[in-house]
Parts: sequence; structure tokens; C-alpha cells
Amino acid sequence: MNAPKHMRTPLARVLGRGAAKSGTGHFWHQRLTAVANIPLTIAVVIILITLLGRNQAAAAQILGSPTVAIIMLLFIGSITAHMKIGMQVIIEDYVHDESAKLTLLMANTFFTVAVGLAAAFGILKLSFGV
Amino acid sequence: MMADTRAPAERPLSPHLQIYRPMLTMMMSIVHRITGFGLYFGTLILAWWLIAAASGPNAYAKFEWFAGSLIGRLILFGYTWALIHHMLGGIRHLIWDTGRGFGPSEREWLAAANLIGSIAITLVLWLVGLLAMGGPR
Repeated sequence: MNAPKHMRTPLARVLGRGAAKSGTGHFWHQRLTAVANIPLTIAVVIILITLLGRNQAAAAQILGSPTVAIIMLLFIGSITAHMKIGMQVIIEDYVHDESAKLTLLMANTFFTVAVGLAAAFGILKLSFGV
Repeated sequence: MMADTRAPAERPLSPHLQIYRPMLTMMMSIVHRITGFGLYFGTLILAWWLIAAASGPNAYAKFEWFAGSLIGRLILFGYTWALIHHMLGGIRHLIWDTGRGFGPSEREWLAAANLIGSIAITLVLWLVGLLAMGGPR
């Protein structure tokens, strides 16, 4: 008779999700968005510099043009996803009171979704011109 | 007596930040988290700017007033540095993810490059930006 080598069930070992129930998903999305952020940030910095000193009409026209708008939307999506993941780690590291932690984790999701949607809405409004 | 109550064992606690002499690599790690924290809230400025541009000349003028004010410029300068520092720090983490850059001289070099690079790139970007706006105003 062989003694079991693992305390975990075979299913748990196959799924490989660990104590957090999400496996390496968090780590992976942190890296995925980090890699995406590099070219997108460089592109957005270039866009910002070209917009400096222009009036609202010119800025609106450039920001609403398809290429710039698509870059801006990708940038907003990637950075806000990265923000949510990163702030989640900070909260989990420093906030140990369970109810405070859950409240802040919820607020983190609300904040990142709201800021992302607001910024994206600005771009979409400029693009579609309504 | 069998039922003696024993005092809790004096087990060692894991050492934390205050135990160690500050090192460049440690400081860069802390700064990476602080810049990420700052950038999180700085995104509000990005959203404000885009909504202002979408709202019209008056809203955009209000944003431009903020961005051109002393405090606005200080915040945007800090935001630029935090962005570049966090990006270079992130690239450093991606290098580490491949298993490279952990040697004693490599990690010191990477930490120094992160700091010096972030300051240099921030200054160059602001110089280019101010020139694009037609010189310092």
C-alpha cells in the first residue's frame, strides 16, 4: 500500500490553481499588460508632444483621427488593467483587516473601470464627433 | 508538576526593511511601487485632459490653465518621471523574468541605469516638449 504523496486532490494538482484559486493568471496578466504598456506608452508620449501648444480644435482633430484614437484606446485599456492588478497587490500586502481589504479591492475595481471608461469615452466622442 | 504553563516560545521574526542597510536595488524596488501608486492616481489627469478635449474649448482652456500653472507643471513633471521610472523598472523586471540580470554587478548596474535613465529621459522629454511649445513661457 502506498501512502499518498500529496495532501491535494488529483483534480487540484491537475488544475494547478493553488491557494488563490486563480493559478498564475495574476502574474501572467501583470506581465502581459506590462509588455503592452511599453510600445503604447512610447507612442502616447510622442502623440502628447505633437499636441503640446495646440488649441482644442487641433487637439480634438488629432485625438479623434483613427490611428491616434486606436492607440489611445489600447493604451487606456492596457494601463487601467495594469493599474488594477498592481493596486490589488499593494492592498493585499498592507491591508490585513478583512473588511477594509475587501472594501478597498472593490474600490480599486470601481476606480480603474471608471477612469478607463471616462478616458475611453473622451476618445470615442472625439472620434465619432457627436 | 505536569500541568505547568509554558511561556510562548521566543521564535525569531522574519527581518523586515528597517533591519537592512539601505541599498540601491532595495530603494529602486520601493520606488517602483511608489511610482506605480502615484501613476494610478495620475491617470485621473489623463482622463480629465481627454474629456476636456472632447467637451470643447472652454473645458480645454481650464485644463490648459491647470497644466500651465506652477503646481500643474510640477505634477506633470513628477508624473513624467514616475512614468519613465516605472517603465524602465518594468523592463528590468521583464529581464529578470528571463532569469538574467541577477549577478551582483548586473543588478547594481541595472538599478543605477534605471535611476539615471529615468532622470535623463524625463529631462530630454521636457526639453523637447518646451521647445515644441515654442520655448519656456
